[in-house]
Amino acid sequence: MKILVVDDEQDVKLLFQQRFRKEIRNKELHFAFAFSGEEALTYLGELNHEAVLILSDINMPGMSGLELLEQIKKNFLKPPPVVMMITAYGDKENYDTAMRLGADDFLTKPLEFGILKEKLKALL
Amino acid sequence: MLSPNTHWNKTLLWAMIGIAILFILERTLPITIVTNWIWHLLILGIGYLIFRLPQLERMRTIVVAVLPLIIINTIKDLLKIIYLPLYEQIDNYLDFAIVFSIAWMIAMLLRSNKQNRALKKERQKTLAEEERNKFISAQKEKLELIVEERTAEITKQKDELMHAFTELKNTQSQLIQSEKMASLGELTAGIAHEIQNPLNFVNNFSDVNTELIDELSEEVEKGNLDEVKTIAKDIKENEQKINHHGKRADAIVKGMLLHSRSSSGVKEPTDINKLCDEYLRLAYHGLRAKDKSFNATMKTDFDKSIGTINIIPQDIGRVVLNLLTNAFYEVSAFANSSKEDLANLASSEDQYKPTVSLSTKKTKNGITISVKDNGNGITEKVKEKIFQPFFTTKPTGQGTGLGLSMSYDIVTKGHNGKLKVESEQGKGTTFTISLPLEQKT
Ligand SMILES: Nc1ncnc2c1ncn2[C@@H]1O[C@H](COP(=O)(O)OP(=O)(O)O)[C@@H](O)[C@H]1O
Ligand SMILES: [Mg+2]
Repeated sequence: MKILVVDDEQDVKLLFQQRFRKEIRNKELHFAFAFSGEEALTYLGELNHEAVLILSDINMPGMSGLELLEQIKKNFLKPPPVVMMITAYGDKENYDTAMRLGADDFLTKPLEFGILKEKLKALL
Repeated sequence: MLSPNTHWNKTLLWAMIGIAILFILERTLPITIVTNWIWHLLILGIGYLIFRLPQLERMRTIVVAVLPLIIINTIKDLLKIIYLPLYEQIDNYLDFAIVFSIAWMIAMLLRSNKQNRALKKERQKTLAEEERNKFISAQKEKLELIVEERTAEITKQKDELMHAFTELKNTQSQLIQSEKMASLGELTAGIAHEIQNPLNFVNNFSDVNTELIDELSEEVEKGNLDEVKTIAKDIKENEQKINHHGKRADAIVKGMLLHSRSSSGVKEPTDINKLCDEYLRLAYHGLRAKDKSFNATMKTDFDKSIGTINIIPQDIGRVVLNLLTNAFYEVSAFANSSKEDLANLASSEDQYKPTVSLSTKKTKNGITISVKDNGNGITEKVKEKIFQPFFTTKPTGQGTGLGLSMSYDIVTKGHNGKLKVESEQGKGTTFTISLPLEQKT
């Protein structure tokens, strides 16, 4: 199963690759990266119903993470992807919207990679 | 004219008494010959006096009129005494001369009379004129008094106004300072958020490197040279990221200081797109941090060919920030007001999406920066006033009404540019800053 990380910050890619280098090397986890909501949708479109876990930032220029979440939950039904939202703003409104739109989890920045690692491993 | 003074009065009295005595003597005693001479001498004396005394100048014409008669009479009497036969011989001629001199006298008197009348008229005229002048000067004096009073009043008013003006200026600069502080307050939240991201990277990459260094020594012990090389390369790469994001945080702090500091007033080549991007982030996150429910889509359209332009970066930055803050405020207020209307709409696609767009463009002789929102727009009536200081439609505490007036001054006075607004009711508003390429220094 692939994990798609969506964030407008380019260095997130390198950070994930470094943080999960052992898991990547051992082929426990597979990562893909998108730098905007639009890019993420294209990626998902090209993938043929492959199971995907999506980790998306909320505040991004252009399509926001919440819009992306809405699109995913509406258009990619089989198999239903797991979507975890990440945001610097862990406020109630954001949280409620994410949950209403069907987010599977809600994480706040700065990310605790130890916790994330466990969550991911538990899910897979 | 004789001035009626006592000296002359007295003299005339004595003269009159003298004449009366002479007259009586002449009538009572046979001394006509003597009195005749006295008369002659008196008349000649009067004539002489009239010609000598400047006060009597006006009588001269009369003297001239009667002089021939006097002279002839005198000669007649003189001849009577000196040489009687000659007198008798020319008596006829003398009588003739007397007739002539009488005629002369009449003519002269008539003339003098006419002259006198003309003089009188003239005098009346001068008198009237004097009267008028007097009146005018009195009026003038009155006027001067009034003017003086008014001037004093005006000076007092001016002083009061000047005082009020300086007070206003002080208040204004205080308010500007507070507007700056308010926008700084908005910024700090945005800045905190902006710093958080690079800081997260610094912390994370540094954590990763700590792990990698441990691994490195393990691999060295194992003698796994290839692995050592890869790890060393990763460490270096991470180190570069730490450095990069450290600098990024640094730049943000510097930008914040730049904003809080008063304007340097110095124009320097500035990357407009970078400046706009920075302030867009700051404005967005600033509002976001203040009002958690706030959310809006940001769109940017930057003209890459724009390059740098000479501006005072913190001033133009402040303008962009003001326009963005206004736009974000407007769309989120509009979203809140239309939430109820739209709550029952089934599809989210029909829902109002608060959107603020920031675009830059290179033009023929300058650049433009546009801030567009899809808020409720500005009515014509409000539009007339938005650039006035202290005009605000926001509730107390939320608006100072100084943002746009300050922005206007910065753009027009500080940069020879223009700040224009276009708005359509219910559709939104676009503010456009135009800056000329050539900045006058
Ligand atoms: N984008 C906008 N849409 C609608 N109204 C606006 C917009 N920008 C400014 N205004 C109007 O102009 C007024 C003055 O703005 P400003 O000078 O920035 O002061 P303040 O924001 O403190 O009210 C605002 O109160 C608002 O009525
Ligand atoms: Mg404002």
